[in-house]
Amino acid sequence: MDSYDASKLTPRQDASSRFKDFFIGATPLQKRLESVRKQTSFIPTPPRRKIPQGSQLQEDVDPQKFAFLLHKQWTLYSLTPLYKFSYTNFKEYSKLLNAFIAAEKQKGLAVEVGDDFNIKVIFSTLMGVKGTQRDPEAFLVQILSKSQLPSEHKEEKVLWTGWFCCIFGDSLLETVSEDFTCLPLFLANGTETNTAIIGTWFQKTFDCYFRPLAINAFNLSWMAAMWTACKMDHYMATTEFLWSVPCSPHSLDISYAIHPEDAKALWDSVHKTPGEVTQEEVDLFMDCLYSHFHRHFKIHLSATRLVRVSTSVASAHTDGKIKILCPKYLIGVLAYLTELAVFQIE
Amino acid sequence: MSALRPLDKLPGLNAATILLVGTEDALLQQLADSMLKEDCTSELNVHLARALPLPCSVNRPRIDLIVFVVNLHSKHSLQNVEESLCHLDAAFFLGKVTFLATGAGRDSHCSVHRNTVVKLAHTYRSPLLFCDLEVEDFRASMAQRLVRLLQICAGHVPGVSALNLLSLLRGSENPSLEDL
Repeated sequence: MDSYDASKLTPRQDASSRFKDFFIGATPLQKRLESVRKQTSFIPTPPRRKIPQGSQLQEDVDPQKFAFLLHKQWTLYSLTPLYKFSYTNFKEYSKLLNAFIAAEKQKGLAVEVGDDFNIKVIFSTLMGVKGTQRDPEAFLVQILSKSQLPSEHKEEKVLWTGWFCCIFGDSLLETVSEDFTCLPLFLANGTETNTAIIGTWFQKTFDCYFRPLAINAFNLSWMAAMWTACKMDHYMATTEFLWSVPCSPHSLDISYAIHPEDAKALWDSVHKTPGEVTQEEVDLFMDCLYSHFHRHFKIHLSATRLVRVSTSVASAHTDGKIKILCPKYLIGVLAYLTELAVFQIE
Repeated sequence: MSALRPLDKLPGLNAATILLVGTEDALLQQLADSMLKEDCTSELNVHLARALPLPCSVNRPRIDLIVFVVNLHSKHSLQNVEESLCHLDAAFFLGKVTFLATGAGRDSHCSVHRNTVVKLAHTYRSPLLFCDLEVEDFRASMAQRLVRLLQICAGHVPGVSALNLLSLLRGSENPSLEDL
């Protein structure tokens, strides 16, 4: 059993906390203008972030339900707020989306060999995947194929899964009016054509906009530090980094694997304030890895581009692909991704 | 290997020398070529260096402007610039040093946050320019700008000195930088 990390939660030191007091009672438009004004003025990077704490899922939810979210590769998109979305209309949405997909497939726009036209679309709520009570509930969309053979009448294969969530999305929630539902993070698993069709339907129905969420090297190194900092009982996978060296004719890839306990020991020697990660600690952690590599191979990894980070908690690729391995830190990982998505929307 | 000093040599007649410091050799070379193509009444000398300190053995003219080029895609270039800054005499920072950050256009490739470079420029009280040196048009307009800056720093523009220019440029920056 892991010991609960009883560190105090330091409030975020960014400008939004100062402005919050002045804008209670302001209309959403005023709040939106203020937030835009903040963005154009000088915003420092958050100097520190909280280390994801385990067991942040809501108490009364069975964590086994989220098992299907783990160990799958999800492609990330950022999503602007949905207009007039209602959690009670799921049946209607399922029917509409089903009809839309059938129509699209018959148009011949998305034809796949051996495709089963008997599909079923299900919308369902994902209870408990949220950071605070203010966050809207996450929901899930699945495309299942109904088997045509009568003997296998009970079996349904999941063709495509996508889910929408918002974890600690306070900065976005404040600036948006009542008609909008903010679920800035969208994760999809399945074929690209299905993702495109579902995306088009959502964009038409709720006047929102999807954009692929890329994760740059700076954020990947933050993720590496934060996930190495997480306390784990036992490590399922080695900590691995992948760098891409730009050189002609084709780029070179450098992969660096560390035993997870060694990575944790390195992190512990760098880490000072309990419960928080600062920019200096992330830089120092990465610099230690770079200088170790340089000593052995005389290659400056800091001149290359970090492309993939893989730890026992989760693994992330710069193209916006993520795989979450540890259920305990699911919310923590999603919180950081939500922050990136919100940043991209704004 | 002593620190570079701004006024330890006599100026050449109608000559203006710029030193570009950075790890990105190809980009520096291209920027130098763009600068030399510019029409300019002064005689331009462009020197390139990977890092400071410069070797003493070379006979070089007085350096009027130093531009440190940081590539936001590479932490190594930032570390290189930070180390080079130690080898510069403090008098250089009175308007004869500029920072140039490249690569901000492709955010997905950035491993250095742009605020890190902004803080660096602020610490050294020098102007910071952003330019994607890989794009030819941006590079050409940046070359024009640098040539103009160089002429001022070499004293070839009557009425404006490097120090004047520094306070002019500083005035247009966002005042909230003081919070850093």
